[in-house]
Formats: sequence, structure tokens, C-alpha cells
Amino acid sequence: MTIPTPRDGHAPADPPPTTASSATAESAPPAETMTRSDTTENGGLALKTGGDVPAPPAGDDGGDGPGDVVLRLTDVVKTFPGVRALDGVQLEVRAGEVHCLLGQNGAGKSTLIKTLAGVHHADGGEITWLGQPFAPATPQAAMRAGIATIYQELDLVDDLSVAENAFLGHEDTRFGFTRRRSTAQKTREILSRLGHPEIPPRTAVRDLPAAGKQIVSMARALSHDAKLIVMDEPSAVLAHDEVENLFRIIQGLTSQGIAVIYISHRLEEIREIGDRVTVLKDGRTTAANLPARTTPTRDLVSRMTGRTIEYVFPPRRPAEKREPLLVVEGLSRKGEFADASLTVAPGEIVGIAGLVGSGRSELLETIFGARRADSGTVTLDGQRITGVGRAVRKGMGMAPEERKSQALLLDEPIYKNMTLASFSGFAKVGFTDAGGERKAAEKTADLLELRPRDVTRPVRTLSGGNQQKVVVGRWLLDDTKLLLLDEPTRGVDVGARAELYQVIQDLAERGVGVLLVSSEVPEVLGLADRVLVMREGRIIREAPAPEIDEDTVLDLVMSGSLTTESILEGEPA
Amino acid sequence: MTTQTAPPEAPTKPERRKLDENALRNLGLVGVLILLIIVGIITKPDLYSDPTWVKNNFLTILQQASAIGVVTVGMTFVIIGGGIDLSVGAIVAIAGVWSTTLATQSYGAGGMIFTAIIVGTVVGLINGVLIAYGKLVSFIATLAMMVAARGLAAQISGKQTQISTNSTINDIASTRPLGIPLLVWILAVVVIAGWVLLNRTTFGRRTVAVGGNPEAARLAGINVKRHTMLLFALSGLCCGIAAIMLTSQATSAQAAMANLYELDAIAAAIIGGTLLSGGRGTIVGALFGVLVFSTITNLFAINNLPTEVQNMVKGGIIVAAVLIQQFRFQSLTQLFKR
Repeated sequence: MTIPTPRDGHAPADPPPTTASSATAESAPPAETMTRSDTTENGGLALKTGGDVPAPPAGDDGGDGPGDVVLRLTDVVKTFPGVRALDGVQLEVRAGEVHCLLGQNGAGKSTLIKTLAGVHHADGGEITWLGQPFAPATPQAAMRAGIATIYQELDLVDDLSVAENAFLGHEDTRFGFTRRRSTAQKTREILSRLGHPEIPPRTAVRDLPAAGKQIVSMARALSHDAKLIVMDEPSAVLAHDEVENLFRIIQGLTSQGIAVIYISHRLEEIREIGDRVTVLKDGRTTAANLPARTTPTRDLVSRMTGRTIEYVFPPRRPAEKREPLLVVEGLSRKGEFADASLTVAPGEIVGIAGLVGSGRSELLETIFGARRADSGTVTLDGQRITGVGRAVRKGMGMAPEERKSQALLLDEPIYKNMTLASFSGFAKVGFTDAGGERKAAEKTADLLELRPRDVTRPVRTLSGGNQQKVVVGRWLLDDTKLLLLDEPTRGVDVGARAELYQVIQDLAERGVGVLLVSSEVPEVLGLADRVLVMREGRIIREAPAPEIDEDTVLDLVMSGSLTTESILEGEPA
Repeated sequence: MTTQTAPPEAPTKPERRKLDENALRNLGLVGVLILLIIVGIITKPDLYSDPTWVKNNFLTILQQASAIGVVTVGMTFVIIGGGIDLSVGAIVAIAGVWSTTLATQSYGAGGMIFTAIIVGTVVGLINGVLIAYGKLVSFIATLAMMVAARGLAAQISGKQTQISTNSTINDIASTRPLGIPLLVWILAVVVIAGWVLLNRTTFGRRTVAVGGNPEAARLAGINVKRHTMLLFALSGLCCGIAAIMLTSQATSAQAAMANLYELDAIAAAIIGGTLLSGGRGTIVGALFGVLVFSTITNLFAINNLPTEVQNMVKGGIIVAAVLIQQFRFQSLTQLFKR
């Protein structure tokens, strides 16, 4: 282990085990000391990009924006237990502009827009909205102040009509009766403003296509007389020509003086619709107010990456060639992924990089047998895998994406969670062997440096990182040959991440094959021997990890059309 | 932090605390039982001054709790496993009626017991198949079965009360090994078997996993569908046993027997600390829940009070129990600690 573990981690006799805060408080201090001491001896991935690119001072391009500044964030901070989600965000939005927010997963974009929407409350810094200090207590308050947010999962009520959805929560009523006709009329006006008078206000939202639903969401924003509309990846659910239409609507909005904050992973869209770009990384603004059309891709990407201390990988071991353990051939599921072929050898770590929605989690679950493939085969050690039961018996294990909803029995003790896949093996003629399970779980807990080590505690009381260790530990009890890990470090604080990386690498060293999915590119590059890049349901690139870098992967993941060469060409020779 | 703050026995504390929570809940139910008995003593001091009456009354309460207690054990498994079984009363009725037809009675006591158990299990299995493989919500599937099974029971019996002429069956209710009614012995065996099954076997572990987080159970390689099906079959089996017990008590069976047993069984499981959303529950708690109800019934009977009042009190107790659960026993636990 390269990570010094404070041995007294579980020693304090702190009594209340039932609150989540006590568990996280225990894991937080080691996290800090660890990252600081390890940055110097970081022998893992070569961290090439400089994270210290100074941001252009905010507002130096005065006169560039189309209108007055309506929203200004200065040094905004938001912390959650164990995570500093926003750590000094600067943002300036002018009336009538499309301001793009760019950043990797976990950079703090969602937290930022939820803070603006009144879902979260900033712990520090200053937000001014229309010249006044702004701290919305509830989403309703933000809405009333004129900030509307359109989330990725549209929050519409499917069985209500377009008009009812547009005015949901502030219905037009008289003596408690809704005024259907005037509501419909007002909705029609708003839809015309959005350039879609053809949507009938009285249709059920359920019957509209995704693009239509998005327009209803915008109609709701306008029904509140919003002056700023925040759109979280609005294009993710749209087809190509629908995106064009969305852009027309956005242009219509901005010409009426409404400001738009636009979040997208697709650079080409930002170039087309955006006025200015603010880049976030690890909860900080790394660049503000860049011109959206002229800033080189390379600059944008490097400001999104530029890692410093967040990823600490154990040193890479030399990979040896072995016969593949897992062979996946031509696996397809309609609407999710198509024609996926890959192999994993014993002791090899294969990483899949891709965005949410690229089909990576679905692919993993299909390999595990949790989803039925439309076509294609999965073989482990030469044996076909057709269902979860068989997959587990043949030595596959999976740590799914949603730890709490897919993997854990939160109220049950640690040891029972660890033996969830193997308690039958401990049992004698159907009678469980709790003592044997506890001992085995304790051994695994030591191996994983689980804190607290007491395996009779309910899993609910553990921190995210330790919960993840329990899920991984489940498959160490068995003779697992292949471990599928879906976003193993989501919601795991920095220090525990490094430990998990070590655990994964130790497993590989013991001959376990690992197939890892992550939307965090450095994680895939730092851990994996071989990298697969997935975009829109297809594996578009395969390369040994040392031969591919973060910028290339990120570029493939985000734009697909832009190749590495085109980035290099864009650079002055 | 000083160096002497970590006693080695510290890690065992949380487990004990969890046990405390269950024990405390049961203790609370015992408290309710004692309270009910005190009310009985106050209202009928003359009866309670007679030790033989007290002993017999106590055994009567247990005997009245026996059939519903057996049904509740099955129900508790179903609820912990994330389902609900509204058809238990109807399954008892169909099993009771089927086992007392003239044709079945001609096979003797063994044939009757066998029939009741098989009919109960098979009907439960049908529920299970519909829910696990037909993907029906258990509430809907068992609601349909509740109506259908009562209908079939009425059809078979021709809406008549079927008298049991088999003396072995009829003697079950009156036999008293070691001075305790055989029906109470049966309840004890079922409760102990249920407790062992839930707490000491892989079947019980799977039940908790399937009810607590079906997706996690599935991804751990547990056959969630098959297990769900088995849980409903188990509930049906318990109903079959209860059908024999009731038939023996009444020396007859009819389509209307075990009326509203589903509500009593669910209520008993819930006030015994079983979470309606699944994943948590205890057999002992459910037993205490049953005993609370049958003690109330008894209390009202000895005071010659009408059943209407009794039902109102029952409803109040259910609400109170669930309210207490929502406040979470932890706060109470801490209260008791100091």
C-alpha cells in the first residue's frame, strides 16, 4: 500500500453509529493528509496539462457582451459532507447572451445550477441577481425572482395538458376554479413567442415527442416571466434537426433580452449557439468569459482537465499477455448499444470511457446478464453467460452504478452485505453460518482497510467510499475471476478514491480481470491497461492506455467528429 | 483525543443496539399486553380472583390466537419479502371447504390434512407465479385471488356449512397435551420454525435481501422471481395449516370462514415491527401483535361489550403502532438509555 492509513481510524469510541455525518467525519481527515503527502510521489499517470492556467480576469472584455450584467457569482462555495462541490466559482451572465458552462462530470456544473435554482444554498461567496444579493430559499423563490431551470430529466407531469404543465404551481384561477380557456389562451401566446404555435395547449404532455416536451418546459419558464433560463444539456435528448430548432428558439429568447446559461458536452454546439464560455474544473472557475466561437478547442479542453491532486494512482505494473478470460462478440441491444466486441484477460484492467447515455452502463449490465442481449455472445472461460445467476456462479461479479439502489441493503450489517452473493456457500444444508460469514467479512475488511472495521455495523453508517468497498468486497469472498465496475468512485471522496484504486490494482495483480466504466477520463487512463472509448452506443476507439491521452479521449467522447489530428492541425505550427 | 479512549469491546456495541431496538419494540408490546390484563383485573376483579379461571382464560386467549397466528407467520414472510397477501382469509376458506367435502372426508383425517395443506400451498403458488412471472403487483393479484377463492369455496360447499364427522380432526381442538391445547402447540411449532427459517437459513436471508433491495439481490445472483413465488407458496401453506385448526375448532368449514383474516394478519405483522415496504420484520413481534389482538377480543368478551367498540379500539391500536414506528424507535431507545 502506498497510502498511509491512520490506524486510529476506527478506534475512537464515538458512540452514535446511526448518523451519516459521523461516518463521513471519520473518513474526511485521512483524505486530506493523504492527498497532500502523495502528490509529490505520484508515480501513476503523467499529469501533463497545467491546471494553473490563469483565468482571464472577469469582465476584461467589457462591451463584448450584448447587455448589462444580470447575474454575477463571486467566489461561491458549496460543500457537502466529504466533498467541496463548489470551491470558488466566478460567473458573469449578461442579458440577452447565451453563456455556456463547460466542465467534466463532477466539475460542479449541476451543483452550480441547483444553487441558482434554489435547490442548494451556497455556503460562501456572493451571488448578485439584477444588482441585488440573491439567495433563493426554495426553487419557487428562484422561479419568482425570474430564474428558471430546465433540467435534463424534464419535470413535467405526463398526464396533464401542455397548458396545465406550463402554469403548474401558479394556475390561473378564480374562486378556486381553474380558468381553462384563459390558461389555454395564455399558453398559446407563449408558444407563439417560442415559435411553436402549432402545439395544441390541451394535448397531454405524454403525447408529445421529447423536443415538444422541452418546449413545454420553456413555456413554463416564460409563464413565470423568467429573465434567465438555465438549460442543462438540453440537446442530449434531441435528434440532430431538433437541435437546430432548439437553437432557433434560444436565439428568439435572447433577442427578447432573456439570458441563457447553456450546458453541453458537445463543443460544436457551444461554438454554434454560445456567446461566451466559462469553464469549471473541480468546483473552480478555471476560465471565464472566453469567446465561444474563437477559443481554440485545445484551450477549452486543457482548462477542463489539468489534474493536480485529485487522482492518485498506484504505479503501473508491467502488463503480461494472457489468453482472454472474457470474450464479448457483437453484443447489441436496440437503442442502447450496438455491435460491441471486447476481451478482458486475467489480471488485466480494461477501461471504458464514455459519457452518461453512451450505452456503457447498459453494456456492462448486459455482459453480466442483468439485461438480455438482442444479439451477440458473452463467454467467460469458454462458457456462455446468459443470466445473472449463471454469471455469478461462473465467477463474475459486478459493482453497479447506483450503489445504494442497486447493490446494498442499507439497514443490514456490513458482513451480510458482503456475503450477499455467497452466503449460500457458507451455509450447511440451508442453515446460514453467521459466525463464518463474519470472520470472512472481517478478513476482507482488513484487506480493503474498511473503516470502521466492525462488520456488524449497518452499511448505512458508512461513508460512500467505504460503502463501495463493501460492494467490491462482496466479490472478493467468492472466487471471482472477473469484476465489472460501473463508476466505482462516484460519490467517493478524494482520499478513499486513492484507496479504491489501490484495491482494484491489487485485485488485478491477483489475476482477477477487471472491466471498468467511468465517465472520469483520468480514472480510466490511470487505472486501465487498455482503453475503449464509447460514444452513442458504439465502441469507437481501442488503444493501450499509454498510447492515448486525456485530451484525445475527451475529444472522442465529446465530439466524435473531431479527431486527434484535427486538434493538432488547429494548433499553430 | 487521549490514548485511553478506545476500549476493545467498543466494536460490538452497534449490533447489540440493533437487537435492543427489536427487543424494545417487543417489550413495548408486552407492556401493552400487561396493560390489557390490568384493565381486565380492574373491570372484572371477581373473575381474576379465581386462579383456575385465570389459567383457563389465558389458555383461551392463546387458543384463539393460534390459527390467525399461523397465518400471520406466513404473512410476515411475504411482507418482509416486499409483497402483501390479501388472499389469506380466502385461502383458509377454500382449503377448509375442500378438505371437508364428503369425498375428502372419506379418506380420513390424513386425507383431510393433506388436502388442506396441498390446496393452500397450490393456491399460494398460483399467487406467486402470477406475481413473480406474470409481473402482477401482489396487491392486485392477491386481491383477485381473495375474491376468486371465496367464490370457489362457496361453489364447492354449495353455500352450506360442511360438518366435519372425522373425530380425529375434531379432537385436535380439544386435545391438551401437558395441559396446553394442541392448537397452541401447533402455533408454537410454526412460530419457532418460522423464526429459525427467517433468522438462521439461506431462505430467510434471501427473503430479507429480496424485500430490502430486489435489484441488489438480483445483481448478487439471487433468483428473485423464484424466491418471490416461494414466499407466496409459504403463505398458502400456513393458510392450509390454519384451515385444519379452524375446522377442528368449529367441527365444520364454510366459505365465510376466516373472514377478514388478511387484515388481522397484516395488522399484527405491522404492529410487530414489520416494515410494509419490506426488508425488515420479526416473527416474535408478529406473534405479540396477534396476542395483543386476541387479548383485546377476550377483554371485550368477558365484559360483554359489543364487537363494534372492539373494532374501533383495534383500529386505534394499529394507527398508534404505525405512528410510533414513524417516530422511529431510536429516539425512544435513547430515552430509555438514560
